[in-house]
Amino acid sequence: MTDLILRFLLGGVIVSAFSVIAEVLRPKRFAGLFGAAPSVALATLPLTIHSNGAAYAATEARSMIAGAIAFLIYAWCVSRILIRWKPSTLLTTTALLPLWLAVAAGLYWLCLRGAA
Amino acid sequence: MSVSIHLQSLRGNTISEYVTRFAFGGAISVIAGLSAKHYGPVVAGLLLAFPAIFPASATLLADHEKQKMKKIGCDGTLRGRAAAAVDADGTTLGCLGLIAFGLIVWKFLPHHSAALTLLFATAAWLIISTLAWVIRRKL
Repeated sequence: MTDLILRFLLGGVIVSAFSVIAEVLRPKRFAGLFGAAPSVALATLPLTIHSNGAAYAATEARSMIAGAIAFLIYAWCVSRILIRWKPSTLLTTTALLPLWLAVAAGLYWLCLRGAA
Repeated sequence: MSVSIHLQSLRGNTISEYVTRFAFGGAISVIAGLSAKHYGPVVAGLLLAFPAIFPASATLLADHEKQKMKKIGCDGTLRGRAAAAVDADGTTLGCLGLIAFGLIVWKFLPHHSAALTLLFATAAWLIISTLAWVIRRKL
């Protein structure tokens, strides 16, 4: 339980910090870089290393590459759709979350399934 | 256009916006931890790059732009969406840095100091992302 509380607090603080940095930076495209900051990884990897060891955390980092490729495709689609059709931002960003899941699951199936 | 810091951007923020970001960040970190326990590190690792905060941040950005335009008597809906689109384009470039971050941690962590590896990987994320942004600007 202590581990989960620590994860929640650390995750909240680091994600919020990167989010505030993104908000004060200009131009907006540069600020957008911080939308893909490794905030969740920086919050969880130190705790994972402490509790499960470096090899375990390195395995998580390898899967993170697949997650980041899925994020790249997701963010690119959000950007193109918002530019092309200008729908609601909330609707676009949430409706496309299954795309992240589909790409991440596809990469898991193709490259990571069965890997230790 | 050079990079600059605008602290006045924080003025319009409400406590609930900060709480939302904190809660999303904390929740995804907990979910990643629980996933590791139940499904192992291969599945949990995917969640380290889940766009947890992105929908909230992009929506807040669009709303702030809309409010700014409203103050001068204009409907800023489309401008807000355009701002969110540019932000998402930047996030796409940031993902290249995120891939580099994962690659460095994967390859270096088993053989080097954890603190140094995370520091190096974070620096690589920033450098690769910024380089991608510079190249994108010149295209």
